[in-house]
Amino acid sequence: MSWLSDDAVGRLRDIAEWPDFSGTRYTIRREIGRGGMGVVYEAEDGALDRPVAIKVLDNAVTTPRAAERMRREAQIVAGLEHPAIVPVHDVGELAGGRVFYAMKLVRGVTLDAFARDHGLPELVRVFLRICEAVAFAHAAGVVHRDLKPQNVMIGEFGSVLVMDWGLATSGDGEAFGGTPGFMPPDRAVDATADVYALGVMLRSLGAKLPRRLAAIANKAAAHEASDRYATAQQLADDVSRYVDGVSVSAYRENVAEKALLWLERNRALVAVLIAYIVMRVIVFLWIRR
Amino acid sequence: MNSARFPTTRSSIIDALSGDASARERAFGTVIELYWKPLYKSLRFKGTVSAEDAEDLTQSFFVAALEKTTLTSFDPAKASFRTFIRMLFDRHVANEWKSRTRLKRGGGATALDFDAAEQELSRDATASLDPEQYFEREWARSVFAAAVDRLRAWADAHQKQTQFAIFTTYDIDGDASYKSIAAQHGITEATVTNYLAAARRQFRAILLDLLGEVTASDREYRAEVRALLGKDAL
Repeated sequence: MSWLSDDAVGRLRDIAEWPDFSGTRYTIRREIGRGGMGVVYEAEDGALDRPVAIKVLDNAVTTPRAAERMRREAQIVAGLEHPAIVPVHDVGELAGGRVFYAMKLVRGVTLDAFARDHGLPELVRVFLRICEAVAFAHAAGVVHRDLKPQNVMIGEFGSVLVMDWGLATSGDGEAFGGTPGFMPPDRAVDATADVYALGVMLRSLGAKLPRRLAAIANKAAAHEASDRYATAQQLADDVSRYVDGVSVSAYRENVAEKALLWLERNRALVAVLIAYIVMRVIVFLWIRR
Repeated sequence: MNSARFPTTRSSIIDALSGDASARERAFGTVIELYWKPLYKSLRFKGTVSAEDAEDLTQSFFVAALEKTTLTSFDPAKASFRTFIRMLFDRHVANEWKSRTRLKRGGGATALDFDAAEQELSRDATASLDPEQYFEREWARSVFAAAVDRLRAWADAHQKQTQFAIFTTYDIDGDASYKSIAAQHGITEATVTNYLAAARRQFRAILLDLLGEVTASDREYRAEVRALLGKDAL
């Protein structure tokens, strides 16, 4: 047996690990992410002369089942045409059974990184976009099952993209799965599982959420599935109501809070009224002088 | 070597070691091929055993493993095969050392090149490695080297010697350009690209098959692939 230098071992390791895209339209540039089943690379699409992201089945899991799962993931995502869901361009298979799919390359940061230097109003707007994308998927019969801040990208121009649909199911009896901390205690695999994860995600956006927003997060991440929003759309609607400053279904405001909400909502009208009253008082006092 | 679409990892090492004589011999041969050098070198790396004693202990370990069929007691639920064989070896060394019994050398069917292993010891960069890390690194080197040997055998059997020569020059020696290789073999650079891609493809399949041969389950196979190729591999 011949001796191999450390450099030779390093080169052979790269050769064995890197997907072999020779003979395809893609040239791999660098690894940009790694999940349970696949590795994501930044690549160049030579035919269209544009950068793409390519998810390739991990060397360690090239079983027929995993390959089929990866193909299905590509098909599921490709079927979800939504501005907040990354578009899939191509799917194929490399020598050795490594299935891959090419998608739009998203340049940006994950939600957890984004949350570190953005205020709550901005984060709530991002969260609403996420809820809308998930609601769209639910309407198409697809459950993501692995929603977490690390699987949401905020693009360079503020676009929001829900990523990594590797555990997504279209309701055909998938096993329970996901990321600990974001999985519902009732081990649900339907839309309420995503609602739960969204609730946990919302909680993670701020150390101290406003009372109404915290109530929305708590309802979404309720222990019992029956206490949660039934769909991501209902959750999106409540968040939308929060943003608009109207009553939310998850929280019963008292009179003072209702008055405060009304004032918040009608700030311009209140300002005009106050200005009018002040002006009248001044005129009144001037006449009485 | 199997070059099917998916690596044939599912033929368990346990089944092979407890199977018929030829399957057992093949499996045992692979175990020796992948593990004798990491075990011997890591024993020497610790610096407590002379070269001669380390040779005796390594030889006697494999002879005992073959005769007593201790490898078949491997339980994949408890540890990986790699961990198991290392633990068996450590135990063997401790027992033999304690009894000071010197076993006859050369009892195994496979000739092990201890002189080469000694030369490698002096070449290996070992700074900042502990014995555990050293073993892991040498195990990886051993697996890659075995895969290269199998690639050479495949190339000889299929008249692909030029592919193997290009693979050796470019990927193992790492000191040539496509242009110089093309000139050396009297072929175009495009042909160099194609030959290299074909050899690499074959190398990948061989490597994964090799790991499949010494693991007992899909889970262990995946863990071993990650240990060998993952980002945190030494």
